Amino acid sequence: MTTVDERGPALPSKRGLSRRYVRPRRTPLSWIRGGGLTAVLFLLPLLFVFGAFSWYPIVRTAIMSLQHTNFVSAPTWVGFQNFAAVWHDPQFPIAVRNTAYFALLALVFGYPIPLIAAVLMSEVRKRRGIYSVLAYLPVVIPPVVGVLLWKTFYDGSSTGVFNTILHWVGLGPYPWLNSEQWAMPSLVLYSTWANAGATIIIYLAALTAVNPELYEAASVDGAGLFSKIWHVTLPQIRGILLVTLILQIIGTAQVFVEPFLFTDGGPVHATLTVMLLIYNYAFGNSLGGDFGKATALSLMLAGFLAVFSLVYLRATRSWSTR
Amino acid sequence: MSEPGRGLISELEWQKSRIRWGTRTLHVLLLVGLVVIGLGPLLWLAKSAAMPTNDTISHPMSFFPHGAAWSNFSQAWNDVHVGRYFWNSIVIAFGAWAVQIVVATTGGFALSVLRPRYAPIIKGLLLATLFIPVVVLLVPLYVEIVRLPILHKSLIDSYWALWLPWAASAFNVILVTRFFDNLPREIFEAARIDGAGPFQLFWRIVLPMSKPILGVVSVFAVLASWRDFLWPFLVLSNSNKQPLSVRLPAIQLQTSLGVFLAAMFIACLVPIAAFLLFQRSFLRGSGLSGAIKG
Repeated sequence: MTTVDERGPALPSKRGLSRRYVRPRRTPLSWIRGGGLTAVLFLLPLLFVFGAFSWYPIVRTAIMSLQHTNFVSAPTWVGFQNFAAVWHDPQFPIAVRNTAYFALLALVFGYPIPLIAAVLMSEVRKRRGIYSVLAYLPVVIPPVVGVLLWKTFYDGSSTGVFNTILHWVGLGPYPWLNSEQWAMPSLVLYSTWANAGATIIIYLAALTAVNPELYEAASVDGAGLFSKIWHVTLPQIRGILLVTLILQIIGTAQVFVEPFLFTDGGPVHATLTVMLLIYNYAFGNSLGGDFGKATALSLMLAGFLAVFSLVYLRATRSWSTR
Repeated sequence: MSEPGRGLISELEWQKSRIRWGTRTLHVLLLVGLVVIGLGPLLWLAKSAAMPTNDTISHPMSFFPHGAAWSNFSQAWNDVHVGRYFWNSIVIAFGAWAVQIVVATTGGFALSVLRPRYAPIIKGLLLATLFIPVVVLLVPLYVEIVRLPILHKSLIDSYWALWLPWAASAFNVILVTRFFDNLPREIFEAARIDGAGPFQLFWRIVLPMSKPILGVVSVFAVLASWRDFLWPFLVLSNSNKQPLSVRLPAIQLQTSLGVFLAAMFIACLVPIAAFLLFQRSFLRGSGLSGAIKG
């Protein structure tokens, strides 16, 4: 499965193909003869694409957050005004609270379920492929289709799909997306459905990589099934567990398609997330976007995530590399 | 894959009927759960796409009470122009695939095989972008597309506005570079002694040996372009050029539920077919993405 790290450290021959053993003096001509120009030619597409559409925009975010930009006149420097404006926006704390709520709920639903499913699936002896395919199927559905399909399911009338099913067992009807209280959990439910499969596959890869001799040794020592899960399985895959946790938090902090298409932030800002607020700043106003505020808020979000990741990695370092 | 009896449950435990039947029951329950949760919504979509709108609205869980309405599909394809948007999605996916493969393979070849002195710096800059959340790029990238620096041209409504930023995927380049790193160097040396230049080495030797990783990159390039919503929604304002994923919310407002569900069903076909055909690349790529991020 893991073609990437099979060989461990890179091969000892560090010497590039084009480099010579004896290099008298570096002149432009010897550089070209030694393959320097060829290397640059091969790197050109990468340098162009990343330079123009990744490295440059990243730097430009920082500049734009300190400017007032529109497409008509030249941008003017405004210092930290954009950040202050975001900070004092009454919608800002709402968006932060909602995003944190989404991330928390997504963790509660979305973290244990894939783990349990993957542990169960790793012990399937025949036709494990069917399990993987079924679990992964929702992941390949385009998010727009998934969201709009679930929006139909969430129909709040008594003839909605979910309400019809719940009616069979004597529950409902529930308002789902129309209720301030239930809108966010509904979004998280969809999000878990859409993303759990990818996490399951990652866990499965980690589980099949666990050395079977560890299980045998544990069995010899008289460990039962649950004791083996607790003392062998979980510690063996803790690296992956820690990484998926932080990646999930980084991902859910930037949730956009769900609140945008399900509810457009409503009802009454109940699903207004940080990402949606950034979108509204930049593109929500037909009179022209406030790119300064949008970049300021995206930098604040990125900064928070960076600090959070660092603290998280520091706090779990001793535990993950022991 | 671990063989039976060499995993969590030992052969000895498997012989205990309590554990054997307990595990089997859990597996059956899991399978049923996966069918209902993973496949159920899609089956409902397929069924309702072929059902008259009124039946779906009044009895969503019924099974063709008044026959089928196959006309939903033809209406979707012709009347709300799903055919055109579908074609747009295909063109966009193909271009995205081509540009990403070019950037990832040439870049990977330079970084892994040619290895100029400054390669570690570029690798570092690539890795750094993995740690930048996507949200940071959104607004400056949009402003850049509206008015390109130096050229002062707008890429709005051009597919290059999608293909070029998508190709700046450090994930692709790192995946390909690591794969090239693990190719046996002896073959490169042998080819060089036989007089192969770097271009021949790239085209005749490295690329043909890299089919598995190119499969992974291709599958994810196509799938990601088919999935993306926000970026094409922002940079393609002309509805005739928009892909299906961007048009779906608008189609929902224009037409009846049955036709809309048929359009959604059509939008699912390509990713599902690709997934079933290239399962291995999908599942391996998904595992690999975990390994890279880890």
